[in-house]
Amino acid sequence: MKAALLIATLALTLVACSEQPQTANSQKRHDAPPYAGASQVFNDAGWKAGDKASWEQHLKVRAQRGQNDYYGRKN
Amino acid sequence: MARMKFICDAERCIECNGCVTACKNEHEIPWGVNRRRVVTLNDGVPGEKSISVACMHCSDAPCMAVCPVDCFYHTDEGLVLHDKDVCIGCGYCSYACPFGAPQFPSQGTFGVRGKMDKCTFCAGGPEEHGSEAEFEKYGRNRLAEGKLPACAEMCSTKALIAGDGDVVADILRNRVVMRGKGAEVWGWGTAYGSKQGGQPTPGTK
Repeated sequence: MKAALLIATLALTLVACSEQPQTANSQKRHDAPPYAGASQVFNDAGWKAGDKASWEQHLKVRAQRGQNDYYGRKN
Repeated sequence: MARMKFICDAERCIECNGCVTACKNEHEIPWGVNRRRVVTLNDGVPGEKSISVACMHCSDAPCMAVCPVDCFYHTDEGLVLHDKDVCIGCGYCSYACPFGAPQFPSQGTFGVRGKMDKCTFCAGGPEEHGSEAEFEKYGRNRLAEGKLPACAEMCSTKALIAGDGDVVADILRNRVVMRGKGAEVWGWGTAYGSKQGGQPTPGTK
């Protein structure tokens, strides 16, 4: 019983010593373009994944609406 | 589309560090790593200015030039991203970068220097968009979700602007023209009302 308890305690303690595996590649990979979409539920509505023009237009409108205080204001 | 760019309006930045917090929260950045930080010039002196600094996604990036394992790549949107599976954590990019963007988390039980981490313009890395692997290594990929970087979208005074370079330039140019110059920009009259009341000085556009 004592031995089992000791083993369990040691196992629990040593878990903290484990390290995340790190893979090393010599060749860098090609990234998919961002307009391909993330296929997630977090995608912003109003654009079509895979359509570059739609994605660009969506980001332009989002930048103007969110960051331009004078958006839509007539000078 | 032009190139994706950040710009920080020093007239608006109030050193709240909201951008830093937004970045850390969005990507679950570990302790000791700051992909973005706020730098204050002439701190404590009247007229001090603050700017938010991260990777500027240089067109001719010195980090790319010095990397011995060639782990960096430019995207079509002009972003400088890197492949953490290729990075060896040597730190050359840290010496080459004029903005101090590359960060090196302490990893593992003995706190050894890990692979380089930096601002991705919320565009992730070479892993599959929106995957768990991408999030663990690079954080959220907001660009692939049709969103702009969290730091800029969270900025309460809209000092930090991010997006397509043409749009960013257009927003800032329009802002500078509209706000005029002098006391009416952030003065007493703007806050409490006056004859001038925050209106541009006659003669300015």
